Amino acid sequence: MDKTQDQSKNAKIVKWLLISISTLFIAVMLLLPLVTVIIEAFRQGFEVYLKAIADEYTVKATLLTLEATLFAVVINTVFGLFAAWTVTKFKFHGKKLLTTLIDIPVTVSPIIAGLIFVLTFGRQSFIYPLLEKADVKIVFAVPGIVLATIFVTFPFISRELIPVLEAQGTDEEEAAALMGASLPRIFTKVTFPHIKWAFLYGVVLCTARAMGEFGAVSVLSGHIRGKTNTLPLHVEILFNEFKYVPAFAVSSILVILAVIVLIIRSVVEYHGKKDG
Amino acid sequence: MYVELKNINKSFGDHKASDDVSFGIEKGKLIGLLGPSGSGKTTILRMIAGLEQQDSGDIIIDGKVVNNIPAAKREIGFVFQNYALFRYMTVFENIAFGLKVQKKDKQFIRERVGELIELIGLSGLEKRYPSQLSGGQRQRVAFARALAPNPQLLLLDEPFAAIDAKVRQELRSWLKDMIEKLGVTSIFVTHDQDEAIEVADEIIITNNGRIEQVGTPLEVYQNPQTAFTAGFFGQTAVLENYTDFHTFEKPNGAEKAFVRPEFISVTKKNEPQKFKSSAVEGTVERVAFRGNNMELSIRANGALLTAKRGLDAAEIHVGEKVDVFIYRLFVTVGEKAVLLENQSAREGSVFI
Ligand SMILES: Nc1ncnc2c1ncn2[C@@H]1O[C@H](COP(=O)(O)OP(=O)(O)OP(=O)(O)O)[C@@H](O)[C@H]1O
Ligand SMILES: [Mg+2]
Repeated sequence: MDKTQDQSKNAKIVKWLLISISTLFIAVMLLLPLVTVIIEAFRQGFEVYLKAIADEYTVKATLLTLEATLFAVVINTVFGLFAAWTVTKFKFHGKKLLTTLIDIPVTVSPIIAGLIFVLTFGRQSFIYPLLEKADVKIVFAVPGIVLATIFVTFPFISRELIPVLEAQGTDEEEAAALMGASLPRIFTKVTFPHIKWAFLYGVVLCTARAMGEFGAVSVLSGHIRGKTNTLPLHVEILFNEFKYVPAFAVSSILVILAVIVLIIRSVVEYHGKKDG
Repeated sequence: MYVELKNINKSFGDHKASDDVSFGIEKGKLIGLLGPSGSGKTTILRMIAGLEQQDSGDIIIDGKVVNNIPAAKREIGFVFQNYALFRYMTVFENIAFGLKVQKKDKQFIRERVGELIELIGLSGLEKRYPSQLSGGQRQRVAFARALAPNPQLLLLDEPFAAIDAKVRQELRSWLKDMIEKLGVTSIFVTHDQDEAIEVADEIIITNNGRIEQVGTPLEVYQNPQTAFTAGFFGQTAVLENYTDFHTFEKPNGAEKAFVRPEFISVTKKNEPQKFKSSAVEGTVERVAFRGNNMELSIRANGALLTAKRGLDAAEIHVGEKVDVFIYRLFVTVGEKAVLLENQSAREGSVFI
């Protein structure tokens, strides 16, 4: 009797210990920095904050970030859907290889990814003369930034979809096809309802990652203020120039965007679970 | 012949799933495709539907070779092994799907679906999702969905496999009535012999990718043509040395024999036995009550036989020595099966 009581008491202690440690860890590692960013941003008052945010270069950087994110999300949505559908609904040689290739951006360091693009499209590349003739600038220009963002974020959507599609099998699609349904109809009426929440979740993750991308974009951008600076790059420049308040103010934009994405994520996850 | 398969071959890798399959089906018949797991039943069904392409051979439906006609154009209704209902559509939407694809007008769709829901006895459940239905109800919806576009041929892959025994019995007769009423030619797959015997007008027995035998349930049961079919039905016992049991002739090349419970008569030592001299002694190893009869497991001449005995006959106990007389048996000669009557009981008749 005493022993079992002791045991349940011990279990309780362990439980609270674990909860405290996790909470403390999250507070120190995650919350503290975020709060610091906000506090630092407002250290010299609201007006200075506003001025930093309304700064011409900041606005341009924000717009460029949104532009790159939009491109990346749209293109990766299309690619992710096609890739996931192909990999799970058809049988073909080289399928394993394709799924492995999709994961490359996750395993390659973003800096390396950036360098690969510089080598592929830069002056030393054999493609360069062609690009120059067509008057297309990729390296140290906006297209390069968009390309880098797409590359870094492209597995996010397909990786969310593949497990769901695999679990579902192909029976329902076969049943629909047998009744004469066209591919677009099968996709919208039969397949998409299954993957809706996983898909939205993938889009959210992709958005978050695209907004924050630094490494690959940094290599390709050339840091031309007002032209090829995204928000993370702009923060770095301000910071290196010891302009702390503006640096934190601009960071706070990213933090706010991240929080919005997190809220959407929770909502999506909640609905996804509810729909089972 | 309404549906005809001619020398169909199909391999998956180096596994032959269909090996020179040929058979024909008459219009309006309900056909059972019966065979053990992995014998190629689903493969045959999928090839008829056009979901799988045969490596060689012809499939003919209603006089037309359909080899190159896509699945969607074959006018076939298919009930999948696990139903494959559209999970994110209601009962109504599931059944209406095929009609919507055909761009039928709304009024027509509403009437047709209403009719079918009535037919399957699920009125009032139109707005439910498949996850809110019982196994039997799902099966009925799958059936209605396959029937909605008015197919000329209905294929059902193990329609009762996922349903518990009691409901299964009910659904079987329901389905048989339904199909008879509608007059649609149907093929259903099963690995349950009772189900095939009870439901089908004709049974096609598959084994190892080949067709073993085609015939009415009574034919395939009473006159198995192949060794496999002879051993497949009933609680058959295998006799490696059947000549130990008197008095059977031995045809050329005869190997082992199959004995069904109804081929055996068991008598107590003190009971009269007409063919005493041809009976052998056996020891009762197990006695089981089977509702309307007693099932006996008897060891005789090294073989374990299963026999039945009426409830009004004197009781037999485990360990008791009894006389066993075999009226007839199936002897295998190579791949073939031959029926042998006990020579000392030529005039004795046996009821199945
Ligand atoms: N898509 C496939 N790829 C590879 N092998 C397959 C495929 N489909 C079937 N097979 C093989 O072909 C053989 C016959 O399969 P089939 O599904 O037709 O059997 P079945 O008689 O329907 O069995 P069950 O009663 O278990 O459903 C099996 O050995 C199976 O492993
Ligand atoms: Mg099968």
